[in-house]
This record gives sequence, structure tokens and C-alpha cells, in this order.
Amino acid sequence: MTYYDEAVETRVLKGVSFTVQEGEFVSIMGPSGSGKSTLLHILGFLERPTGGAYMFDGKSMQEYTEEELAHVRNDNMGFIFQTFNLLPRTSVLENVKLPLLYSGIKESEWDELAREAIEAVGLGHRVEYEPSQLSGGERQRVAIARALVNKPDVIFADEPTGNLDSKSGGQVMGIIQGLHEKGHTVILITHETYTAEYADRIIRVLDGNIERDEKVAVRRTGASFVK
Amino acid sequence: MILLRTIKTSWTALLINKARSLLTILGIVIGVAAIILIMAIGQGAQDLILGEIGGLGADTVIVRPGKQPTGPSDSANMLFSDSLKERELDALRKKSNVPTLKSAEPAVLVPATVSYKGETYRPEILGWSADNMSNILDIHIEQGTSFGEREDRQKENVAVIGDKVRTELFDNEDPLGKNIRIKDKNFRVIGVFPPSGQALFVDVDELVLVPPSTALTYLLGSDHYNEIIVQAESSDVVDQTVLDIERTLRDMHDITDPKDDDFFVQTQKELLSMVGTILSVLTAFLASMVAISLVVGGIGVMNIMLVSVSERTREIGLRKAVGATNVDIRRQFLIEAIVLTGIGGVIGTLIGFALSALAAVILSQVLGVAWGISFPVGAALLGIGASAAVGLVFGSYPARKASEKSPIEALRYE
Repeated sequence: MTYYDEAVETRVLKGVSFTVQEGEFVSIMGPSGSGKSTLLHILGFLERPTGGAYMFDGKSMQEYTEEELAHVRNDNMGFIFQTFNLLPRTSVLENVKLPLLYSGIKESEWDELAREAIEAVGLGHRVEYEPSQLSGGERQRVAIARALVNKPDVIFADEPTGNLDSKSGGQVMGIIQGLHEKGHTVILITHETYTAEYADRIIRVLDGNIERDEKVAVRRTGASFVK
Repeated sequence: MILLRTIKTSWTALLINKARSLLTILGIVIGVAAIILIMAIGQGAQDLILGEIGGLGADTVIVRPGKQPTGPSDSANMLFSDSLKERELDALRKKSNVPTLKSAEPAVLVPATVSYKGETYRPEILGWSADNMSNILDIHIEQGTSFGEREDRQKENVAVIGDKVRTELFDNEDPLGKNIRIKDKNFRVIGVFPPSGQALFVDVDELVLVPPSTALTYLLGSDHYNEIIVQAESSDVVDQTVLDIERTLRDMHDITDPKDDDFFVQTQKELLSMVGTILSVLTAFLASMVAISLVVGGIGVMNIMLVSVSERTREIGLRKAVGATNVDIRRQFLIEAIVLTGIGGVIGTLIGFALSALAAVILSQVLGVAWGISFPVGAALLGIGASAAVGLVFGSYPARKASEKSPIEALRYE
């Protein structure tokens, strides 16, 4: 996958180029304002670059229509956000089902798929809870279940531990690491080195340029998470 | 499937903001309730009036001068047409012309007041045989006597009065044998109708009947009738009777094309449909005035939907991020608007029906008539359908706004 980008008004990204292989766990790191979020938005098909090319699964993003982008987001991608972005006053089960609403999967299978995903993040006992009744860590796990439910190829996580304490953060990172081990490609955005080091590769972004792109020598695991 | 699921999603979204949803649809609720109320009252009035006309009896037809009125404005020309005179009456009464005719009686309107000992009153004065009226309306004089052919032939100055007229002019005095004055002519009261209320077109209580010939000669100085009331031998031969009447009168007036008729025959059936048409037009007119309030309600719905779209920017962004297309988002908000206004329509319809039932009870009490409670199903469908249409129209713009939000902008929105 190659990617070039000319900036949006303020030139957020100035010509970054890298390839992510299927099954890789990549952290994109940089201070705030470095352009890492914009990069994630483009990688996640949420925003089109104003210049350059982005190849996903052998096809350039330019070739996709808006509707096709939506379908790719639905079928092939899962998103985890810093602020969880769960629907308020809606049960865990319904929240996790959300991507299924827009998928081609039969409605009769939704419940089972959603429960499976919820079990996978260890929240089987919280299925009927509403987000307001959950802790921050639990909410993020619901969001992970939602990202998982469509069995996507790539999972994008934008500062997933940013709003969490270290214990919950550790749990969340443990789960994300588990997803990678099961074969999902994971792209993680963070500004913290100790979070980034869960990945097997770190791309450091600064002022819209790639500063460094290197393998991680000693990878962290779920238990070693310290804030 | 998609539709059902989207309706469910919309329902959930609306429940989350119960109070606001209810306030939003208040305009729709009031508008629809008002439409239902008006339509139900219109229907009730129609049933009542048509019921009265139905009392005319299927064997009775009325011949009127002038052209068949097609709208309320044509009624005036009916009053001034002079195509029905004694000559026509006599012709109709001939067995050779209309063999199935049982009786034909003329009636004339006298616009005047009556007075007795300084008391003046403006009743409905008709030159019409009291015998004939008793017979046709089935209302019989209980006090005094009636008058008929003989009094008419001799142009006697006699009158039969309604109960209200009696009270207005005589208080507790016995009216029988007293002289009342109509246009400076004395008329001797020979009979009083019992209190009967509205029957057919006339309020019997407000009625003063005098012999038609007397009315024409002494009160109007004219020679044409306002109507000829014909009774056929039975209701089975009404159609034949009408044909014979038309043929007879056309022959007399040298009319070949029925379009040039200077008279028209009203049967009970025609009368029913004519009055029905007038009332329906009136009701539809009123209802459409009220329908304007639905537009106002719709603007309210649009306003709140726009607020809602703005508030739920994050939700929209999230839905798009997990794969919702613009069409999905647009459909969701559009259906939400339609569900919202549709519920307003249902609530409004129920309230409208409740109010109509109340109105029917009150009107029955106040007017002293048997005002029926009617629930026009058509009105209910119209009310709910119109509200859903309002949702569709006024939900389109907010729904488009929602669908056009970029997922990034939407997710960033705090």
C-alpha cells in the first residue's frame, strides 16, 4: 500500500509513503497536530486525500464511489475511537449490532454475531446494559465488539486508551493485541510510546512527514501495560 | 425488511426524546383533530338533513320553476321564474297527462310579517294547503281545524299557525278565531300545529299557512307558484310520474331539448344528492382551510428535525463510519419525520373523534335534534395520510442535511 498526500488547506500531510501488509500490527505515532489522525481517516476510508494515491486491497481509493467506500468500511474495516462513540440510551447489544444494520448479513443472524463479539471482549454479562451504566474500560470494550462484529480485515484504533485509566487501558490493549494474533490487521494511532509498543512496527509522524518507520524490538503485552 | 427495521430505529430515537417528540407534533395533532372534527360535524349535519329529507316520502316529487340549480347561487333564479302557474297545475292534474298522479298542490312563499294586537313577528308564511302539508309531513293539527281545496277555491282568509308563532303573538291567549294581520289583510286563525320542530325544509313551529290562491291574489298580486308538490300513486311509479310531468310541461311550453327546460322536478333521490353535494363542498372547504394549519405544523417538525440532525451529528458520523451510506442516513431521518408526523396524525384523529362525539352530544342537547355521532373512516385515513405526507415533505430537507454530513466532520463534532 502506498500513500501520498497533499494537504487539506493547511497541508496536514506532505508526502508520506508506506505499505502495510495483511496481518501486520502497525502503530502510527506522533504528537498532536502531527497529522496522524488525518492519516487514519484516509486509511479508514473516512476522508479522501486531496492528492496522491491510496491503494487498498490492490485498488486505488479514487476508483471507489462514496457508496462503495461505505460498503468497504462496513465489510472490511472496524473502528475504535478515543471517545468510544456509543449510542446513548441504547443497549450494548444494539450498539454492537449497529454495523450489521448496514451489512448484507441476514437479520436472523445478527443477535448471534453480536453476542459472539460481546463474549469475545468479555462483556457477556453486560449485554442488556446501557452505556451510561458501564465504566470507561467496559465502554471501550463494547466499541471493540462493535468493530469486530462484521469480522473486518483491518481494525483502526484511534487513541483507544486515551480516555482510560491504566488498568482498563491495559485490558483494552490486551484485547487489541489478541485481535492481531487472530489475524486481523491492526492500525493503531497513539501519541504514547508505551501504547505504540504493542505493535510490531511503529511509524512516527511529525509535521506531516514520516520521521521514522521501524520494527519494534521488544513488544509489550497486555499485562505489561503501565501508564 | 429494511423499512421495518428503519421504522424501529426511528421509533427508538423518538422515544429517547419523548417530551420533545410530543411537543413537535402538537401542531400536527391540533390540525388533524380540527379536520376530523369539521368533517365529522359536516357528516353529522348531512346525515341529519338527509334524514329529514328522507322523511319526505319516496312517493312525493316537487316541481319547481326555473333551471335545475347546480350550485347555491342558482337558487335565486328559482324564486323569480314564473313558468309554473294555474294552467300548468291543471294540466298536471289531468289523468290523461299524468295517469299515476295522486295529488298535485301548489305552494308559494310570502315574504312578510304577521301582527296581532301590536305584536309583530316574522314567521315563514307559505301559501300551501294545510291538508296537503299534514298529509305529506305527517304532522296533524291538534287544536282547531285544517283547510284545503274548498278554502283555496273560495280564497278564504284563513290561517293555520305553528306553535312558536302562537306563543310569540298570543302568549297564553286562545288563538282560534282571532284575526292576525299579514300585509294589512286579516286572516282568521283556524288551527294550530303541535310543536314539531324542523321537518323537511320548514320549521313547522315558525310556520303560517294560508290557502295558496289567497296568498297569490291578496298578498303577492302574482300568479306563479314557487313549487308544485306532487304525490304519485305509489313509490313504484315515481319514475313514470316524473317522465309524464316532464313531457306534459315540455309540450305546454314548446320545449324540445331538455336542456331548455324552464322547470325541474326534484325527487327525494335528487334532493338528497343535491343537499349532499352542497354540504360536502362546504365541509371540504372548511377542512381545507384547517389543513393550512398542517403546513404550519410541518414547518415546526422541520425545525425540530434540523435541531435533531445537528444534535446527532456524532451519531450520523458513527453510522457512516460503520458503513451507512448517504441513502441509509437519509432514509433514517426521513422515516423518523414520517413516523413522528404519522403518530401526530393518529393522536390527532383520536382526539378529533373524541371531540366530534362530544360535539354531537352538545349539539343534540342545544338544538334538540338527534345529532348522530359519525366517525368517517375516510376522514381518519385522510388525517393520518396527510400527516405522513407532511412528514415526507418537511422531513426531506433535514434528512438531506443529515446525509450530507461527512463522517469526519460528524465524528469530530463535540
